[in-house]
Amino acid sequence: MSVERSPLGRARGLGSAKHGVGHFIAQRVTAMALIVLLIWGAVSVVALAHGDYETAAAWLRSPINAALAALLAFAAFWHMQIGMRVIIEDYIHKTSTKGALLVLNIFVSWLGGALTILAILKVAFSAAGVSI
Amino acid sequence: MLASILHRVSGVGLYIGALILMAWALSLAGGPGSYGAFQNVAGSIIGKLVLAAITLCAFYHLANGVRHLAWDAGFGFRPKTADATAWAAFGFAIAATIVFWAAILMTGGAQ
Repeated sequence: MSVERSPLGRARGLGSAKHGVGHFIAQRVTAMALIVLLIWGAVSVVALAHGDYETAAAWLRSPINAALAALLAFAAFWHMQIGMRVIIEDYIHKTSTKGALLVLNIFVSWLGGALTILAILKVAFSAAGVSI
Repeated sequence: MLASILHRVSGVGLYIGALILMAWALSLAGGPGSYGAFQNVAGSIIGKLVLAAITLCAFYHLANGVRHLAWDAGFGFRPKTADATAWAAFGFAIAATIVFWAAILMTGGAQ
């Protein structure tokens, strides 16, 4: 059986792009990370729930908290992008609607992740006692 | 079956939860004024109800996610086992949500 390949792909000895399981693996690895990060996040929310701005800002100035918060956002937005992609692919069958939603999902996830992480870093790098 | 569709439903809930996390981070980066506004909305009755639902989604998705990881590793497929772990996931989600909110409400004083 012959396999359809581009001349470049044939020259490189490639079959598929070999990224077929990329989403599968990323979904599992981010899931494992999120088990730990979510429990840490829940404990942190309890600690910060009744605090004011300065309590939360001081908490984020700790490099450990800032790193874990940024990683939580990174893993969560990545994981949710993959999960929502699967849901869209399963339930939306009209090609144009599906394509639009898949692109929207990617934009929302990346924009949300970028804004969350940059906001976390901005507070993490801010000086104590100086707001904004 | 129910456990499976609830995994997707809770996942969609957490999509919203992630955007609430974003709102928290952005309000904090904006300074005391915007952070206070975020806390007012989050601490309102509707805010608390939404956050309670997100919490339930988070703990359910976490517990059921562990079931999925076990299945990926080849464990827990026997119908009896799968049923038992589904009930365990429901139980964990409800118990963890209660513990989480009890911890918040009991440490809170007047809020």
